[in-house]
Amino acid sequence: MVERKFDAAAHVDHMAPVVGIEIVPEWRNGVIVNLETAARMAELVLNFPLDDHVEIANVFEAGK
Amino acid sequence: MTLDPINGTASEIADLVNSRQITARDIVRRSLDRISAIDEAVNAFTDVTADRALAEADKVDARIAAGEQLALAGVPYGVKNLFDINGLSTRAGSKINRDHPPATADSPLITRLSEAGAVCLGALNMGEYAYDFTGRNAHDGDAKNPHDLKRMTGGSSSGSGAAVAAGLVALSLGSDTNGSIRVPSSFCGIFGLKPTYGRLSRSHSFPFTWSLDHLGPFARSVKDLSLAFDVLQGPDASDPHLASRPPVYASEELDFLPRDLRVARAGGYFCNPGFPLANKAVDVVAEALIGSGGITVKGGHLIDDIEIPEAERARAAAYLITNAESSTLHLQRLQTRAADFDPETRDRFLAGTLLPAGWVIAAQRFRSWYRAAVNRLFEEVDVILAPATPFPALYRDQLTMSLNGQEVPARPNIGLFTQPISFAGLPVAAVPVWLEGERMPIAVQVIAAPWREDIALKVARRLELLGTAKAPIAMITGD
Repeated sequence: MVERKFDAAAHVDHMAPVVGIEIVPEWRNGVIVNLETAARMAELVLNFPLDDHVEIANVFEAGK
Repeated sequence: MTLDPINGTASEIADLVNSRQITARDIVRRSLDRISAIDEAVNAFTDVTADRALAEADKVDARIAAGEQLALAGVPYGVKNLFDINGLSTRAGSKINRDHPPATADSPLITRLSEAGAVCLGALNMGEYAYDFTGRNAHDGDAKNPHDLKRMTGGSSSGSGAAVAAGLVALSLGSDTNGSIRVPSSFCGIFGLKPTYGRLSRSHSFPFTWSLDHLGPFARSVKDLSLAFDVLQGPDASDPHLASRPPVYASEELDFLPRDLRVARAGGYFCNPGFPLANKAVDVVAEALIGSGGITVKGGHLIDDIEIPEAERARAAAYLITNAESSTLHLQRLQTRAADFDPETRDRFLAGTLLPAGWVIAAQRFRSWYRAAVNRLFEEVDVILAPATPFPALYRDQLTMSLNGQEVPARPNIGLFTQPISFAGLPVAAVPVWLEGERMPIAVQVIAAPWREDIALKVARRLELLGTAKAPIAMITGD
């Protein structure tokens, strides 16, 4: 497995046009800092082993 | 009973109105006068609906004259400005939503309070789109802590906390996604109830994070909190997250604790030595409960340091789900009007639009594991105690806090003790404690098993009867 590596600045530059948002220079650093925080949170969540049969917590009830 | 009837609790006001010692109109007039006198300093209200309130009061007085007795007769209340109020644009703390057309109906929770005789005085300040633990707001100005106007109210239900603490209303409604009822309860020194996830209808309230949003009441007494909770429950087909559970009524036998109640204290993550006042508050509450009797404890003491498993990971997962869902909700606004967001939420929302999908789905899977693990704890205990906030209210201009030796932004981190609890959907009564030598209050979370709000409220009531928890009206002094 390739080691996970998250470059928040590169991610912002690539993804902002993908989702159609403009990030002006005054906001860019704040967005990067927030993404780095999210990446640390994701690291905690992704490192937790879960059985294949654990489903997501959302429940969809047809016909409701 | 205090001299001015509006200093009374909701149940005291209702008793006076039901017994025709005072009219609902008189209560409302006095409350409107107090808002005029004080709210410029506190900034709790964003909209005061005076005409509506007087008309509602007259209806209550007519019902009393016709012989009705109403649980909340004439009780003045306000709602966080994410609840729909007929005739007002639901701003949800934002500038952008002011362009929305006015709501054409009240939220069902408002309707239920009105049916019980309570009178809505208006909409209350909040952090933009509820993404906030501070009470700061660039558009409407910060709500200010009535116990010290230089300090934060906590957020995001900032005005809901401030209005009750300042005695502007006896009751308020707020929302709690990661702590937004429990944090203002702690900072403003009032009682707050975050019910079980799925307990109360969220329809006709502006959403923040579908997977985690809860609505609930604030009050200055546990009886009032229970009366409001009893009234607010009920079915609503228009809220897909509302659970099909029978209501649980708390106010009838509020003073009686179940026999042999098992109480534990959350250890590990929740006992951070960097937050001594939070730990002290939990000590004080635990000691009061032990001393009061009726509490079963293993080996004659509280089951100390019960471990809520993977609490830090739960907080991380809640963070990711919140960031992604809320940013997706606001995507179009972020594409077209990002400059109109509060600078303190904008960067967080923008970042949330860019999260890899797998992070969020992993967080939702982890939530299932966590729910099962937390549910197992309640085979051993009935109640878990944990701090509501790491410290009492910060000064309004304090933007960072110390966490495990690092200086981190305060806005996303004040809720570090509330977030893992709501992630499991557990009901919590926040009880305010005034530690010896401290000027400002701090609350403790009284956490019960899912769907057992009655137990959390009974324990909160016991703490109130013991004098350990209380919510006095603030004396407003200059800024």
